[in-house]
Amino acid sequence: MNFYEFAIGPFADYGFMQRALGGSVALSVSACPVGVFLMLRRMSLAGDAMAHAILPGAAAAFVMFGLELLPMTLGGLIAGLIVAISAGAVSRLTLQREDASLAAFYLISLALGVLLVSIRGSSVDLMHVLFGTVLALNNEVLWLIVSIAAITLATLFVIWRALIAECLDPLFLRSVSRAGPTVHFVFLVLVVLNLVGGFAALGTLLSVGLMILPAAAARFWVTRTGHMCVLAVGIGALSSAAGLLVSYHLGIASGPAIILTAGGLYLLSMAVGRRGLIGTRIRAYRHRAA
Amino acid sequence: MNACLKFQDLTLGYDNHPAVHHLDGSLAHGSLTAVVGPNGSGKSTLLKGIVGAIKPMAGTIEHHSGCRMAYLPQHSEIDRHFPARVFDLVALGLWPKHGMLGRLNGSDAGHIEKALSAVGLDGFEERPIDTLSGGQLQRTLFARVLLQNADLILLDEPFNAIDNRTMSDLVEVINRWHGEKRTVLVVLHDLELVRNHFPETLLLARHPVAWGNTKDVLMPSNLLRARQFHEAWDEHAPWCEPGAAA
Repeated sequence: MNFYEFAIGPFADYGFMQRALGGSVALSVSACPVGVFLMLRRMSLAGDAMAHAILPGAAAAFVMFGLELLPMTLGGLIAGLIVAISAGAVSRLTLQREDASLAAFYLISLALGVLLVSIRGSSVDLMHVLFGTVLALNNEVLWLIVSIAAITLATLFVIWRALIAECLDPLFLRSVSRAGPTVHFVFLVLVVLNLVGGFAALGTLLSVGLMILPAAAARFWVTRTGHMCVLAVGIGALSSAAGLLVSYHLGIASGPAIILTAGGLYLLSMAVGRRGLIGTRIRAYRHRAA
Repeated sequence: MNACLKFQDLTLGYDNHPAVHHLDGSLAHGSLTAVVGPNGSGKSTLLKGIVGAIKPMAGTIEHHSGCRMAYLPQHSEIDRHFPARVFDLVALGLWPKHGMLGRLNGSDAGHIEKALSAVGLDGFEERPIDTLSGGQLQRTLFARVLLQNADLILLDEPFNAIDNRTMSDLVEVINRWHGEKRTVLVVLHDLELVRNHFPETLLLARHPVAWGNTKDVLMPSNLLRARQFHEAWDEHAPWCEPGAAA
């Protein structure tokens, strides 16, 4: 098998592969920078919690409309926003910390979702909800993902400086601007939007993988936030393409293949990245005169 | 007297218990004032009240209209592991000028360089903030205050764990602000420093013990009264009725 047959052919010959590639690359472009900020705000696991929170909305739509991606995506969006905004509001208005209030809301949400799926669905359907169907992306869902990417990039461009200020020195931002809480909520909305976009392609459980793994891998290479976002997008897109090819050639599930590729790139970065295990130890033995 | 800040029967505190009790007075434009007093006497609380982080339980704080404030808290919430450079941290000081959407331009970079030079941190622009020492971080934060170009500057114990050389450099910066007719209010513990550099002093012990000329305020009799203050927390203290102020 030559390079063309291995790497180009599957995408050139099959519409479903093109749509899967387009969807997952568009998702990388928006979800990976969001993941960088989640990681820098020490909210990586909050992303996972939020992904679970999407389930009841998707399940409710599934009970009403059957296994249709668009209603399920919109249902997930509504459930995710309710959980994100309630958790954020409770932590700002009461003494409860954000992690605890998010955990409380997502657990309620997850239990509700499993209950709804169990009322009507079989376990095969539940597998679709949890693990997605990137190879079955229809044009509507593809457009949804591209729209989410466009909204995310435009929003990040607008709130970029405020988001960095809010991460770096929230007390200072509060002293010069009222934007802090708003920026935090807008950011949570972006997280939910991207998880929902990923949900259609990768399922609720794996959508957070494309958000966090490339961001965490990029941290081993570069020190500036902007560079980290660009590199994370590159790692995400590479994982998408490589994962789809592995899935195609070996006949394995596409969602896990994409996330495992990203996981492999994370482990590789951890080992050989400039700021990874080996890189920091080699440099530690040399020092400058001043 | 041209007042920059005016307190009227101001009471600030937590959970219905006062930390600053019935403070009256005003801060003149261009004045340089030290706030001294024992631990728990309400110094930081007063600064938090002025910036609006906590609301008065009674009385008012009147700001001169259009007064731009800069506030350096005692405990910052800076995330030192965030991948930012000294340049980025200092550049936050330009927020009032640019707002959320403005981007930095060439002259801003020049201002940032000058501010860093003024606090003795030439060439530190590209340093990651997680490599700074405590003193270097404090100098960086002073550089940020410089850029804020504020009319009223509030510093809460800015010289904690700072060596003498850094302290005298930063006192120079404070003197420069005073020379530029900015109003400066600094919480301090070192009375020698206050006597040498601060024309006015507010001595707090929950109640204002004395406020005015540093020499008059820091008299032994006043200091003794302040020392007799103790932080006793009486959960069931009687309610302080209006008009019955101590």
